[in-house]
Amino acid sequence: MVENALRFLSLADANVRFVLLGSLLIGATGGLLGSFAVLRRRSLVGDALAHAALPGVALAYLLTGSKALPILLLGATISGVFGVLVIQFVTTYTRIKADSAIGIVLSVFFGIGIVLLTHIQRVGGGNQSGLDKFLFGQAAAMVGDDLVVMTVLAAIIIAAVLFFYKEFKALIFDPGFFSTLGFSSRRTDVLLMGLIVLTVMVGLQAVGVVLIAAMLITPAVAARFWSERLGTMVLVSTAFGGASGVVGTFISSLAPRIPTGPVMVLVATFFFVVSALVAPRRGLISRWRRERHNRQRESRQHFLRAYFELAEKDRESRSFSTSALAVELGWKAARVERLGRKLARQGYTERVGAGWTLMQRGFDEGLFIVKSHRLWEHYLYYRSILDADHVDRPADEVEHLLTPEIIERLEQILSAERGIDPQQVVNIHGSLSHYRRGGRE
Amino acid sequence: MSEVPSASSAVPPIQIHDMTIAYHKKPVLWDVDLDVPEGVLVGIIGPNGAGKSTMIKAMMDLVPKASGWVKIYDRPYEQMRSAIGYVPQRESVDWDFPINALDVVLMGRYGHVGWIRRPGAEDKKIAFEALEQVGMGEFAERQISQLSGGQQQRVFLARALAQDARIYMMDEPFAGVDAATEKAIIDILIALRHQGKTILVVHHDLQTVTEYFDWVIMLNMRVVAAGPTNEVFTNENLQKTYGGRLTVLSQAAQAIADQRRGD
Repeated sequence: MVENALRFLSLADANVRFVLLGSLLIGATGGLLGSFAVLRRRSLVGDALAHAALPGVALAYLLTGSKALPILLLGATISGVFGVLVIQFVTTYTRIKADSAIGIVLSVFFGIGIVLLTHIQRVGGGNQSGLDKFLFGQAAAMVGDDLVVMTVLAAIIIAAVLFFYKEFKALIFDPGFFSTLGFSSRRTDVLLMGLIVLTVMVGLQAVGVVLIAAMLITPAVAARFWSERLGTMVLVSTAFGGASGVVGTFISSLAPRIPTGPVMVLVATFFFVVSALVAPRRGLISRWRRERHNRQRESRQHFLRAYFELAEKDRESRSFSTSALAVELGWKAARVERLGRKLARQGYTERVGAGWTLMQRGFDEGLFIVKSHRLWEHYLYYRSILDADHVDRPADEVEHLLTPEIIERLEQILSAERGIDPQQVVNIHGSLSHYRRGGRE
Repeated sequence: MSEVPSASSAVPPIQIHDMTIAYHKKPVLWDVDLDVPEGVLVGIIGPNGAGKSTMIKAMMDLVPKASGWVKIYDRPYEQMRSAIGYVPQRESVDWDFPINALDVVLMGRYGHVGWIRRPGAEDKKIAFEALEQVGMGEFAERQISQLSGGQQQRVFLARALAQDARIYMMDEPFAGVDAATEKAIIDILIALRHQGKTILVVHHDLQTVTEYFDWVIMLNMRVVAAGPTNEVFTNENLQKTYGGRLTVLSQAAQAIADQRRGD
């Protein structure tokens, strides 16, 4: 195993260099085209295409007796494209929906392919072995000639994407608008589908028909986590794909008889899982953090508002006990105590005897939140005057989300349309307020 | 993408002759026959399923015509695409697409740029100005899913403005937008009309028809009435357009579809 790894890493062996370059091309083209295929929702069609390529490989061998890659890939392309056309025919002229049509074509063509491969193995004599590598892929089987074919195909794919990047982007985003500009949506779509076919063919030998679609889908989906623009997504996806190809091939070279395709797909899946977890903004961890932050802010603001409402009832006191706050909040005393201590550490509160008082920071935020809450309640109360753009959520939830700009608008609306003085609405000593108690109480 | 006759010519910008449209062989719009004059703001109204969107889509070859023809400044549509700007329904695209507002608006320039070439600095300038015109300049770099519905609608309008067209077709630009956006959009439409542009707007809100539009096309699977708002937007025509969903036409269309299905 160590020998294998060293042999691989030294790049001394020409065959290793071929295999490595081949894997890089497969992964990178898969990632490149995958971005477009996934956004165009063609990833499953890509899967059906790959499976439908198998009988073509077998038939090409049966008809010519040759195992040269160009001939086998030609057969694969013909039967793969035929499979896609059958899907289109079935969805256009019958009531069968696309997902069923894809499933039918995928399994029927794949089944025929397996039957043909079995037949070849039984009658094919000494030369029969090798075609089954098209099932799960064997990168080590790539030789110099194969690499020439793959490089040419990859060059065509990359050049086409560079030329037609703008067209693909516009087609996928808004095909109707794109065609009103004078572009042919149909031709652009056929071109894109053709490139997806070529991409599948590049990887067919090394990854295999069963899993090649994953090399289209997985890097692209992983890349989407890191990017808000198509250009970035395409680059990241290409990089993920290329890395999956190289690393997957390396790992599968460590021991004989590990098929390359599954390992590449596992590496790509690793990129996907890591992206889904740690990507900023879209990643799960970042979302959990945001949600936790929101929950914490919400409890803190409830705590602060409870303090203000107690202060309105008892204007003499500057501090309130944990139990009084607990009653006001409807929480258990232990929860108030825990939160009070935490807020003290963060500089919002300070312990006074058995209770709590607010520091400047807590006072400022509390005042703002009381204002938000009451303005919002007023707004909901008078909402009938503004039904065009209301947001119908209880003040308890919304108070945490209102920005100073929205507050300002609420004040304007209330004073302009109802003659309500916002100052009175939020007056801490509520005696002059129009404020109708509602919500939590 | 050819040159356009001068605005002074008396040729109507849009002529529709005997246009019938069918979806899956079921007719949805029959025998549309009308000329739209230059420089008017036209509202297309009618109940759901009346064929409003279908009509403007058919004029731009987005759905096939079963019969009839459409001429733009007396020429076939294919020669006149660049004269028409289009605002599709907002729901027609995936707003989670990885693209920012400016790039969407830049697509309005693609027709001028042509195949393969990339939009240049001038196109980017025009696109940014269009965004500013709809009050969205500060959101140019914003990913489109982070915009509100009204802001997304404004981006679509900006994209059409960037097309720099003479005729605009808009599919429900006021659907689901806030009051401020509705006001901003109508102001822009009125400004366009002052520049002599012809604007067709699929519209739902009957309350605002007389206020917004100087021309109106009332549809219910056929043109019930079309002409200046103060002449044709009458109670009688409204009754014909909205009263009684199951018209003879829809019964006939259903019969045709049933028969074809039985074949």
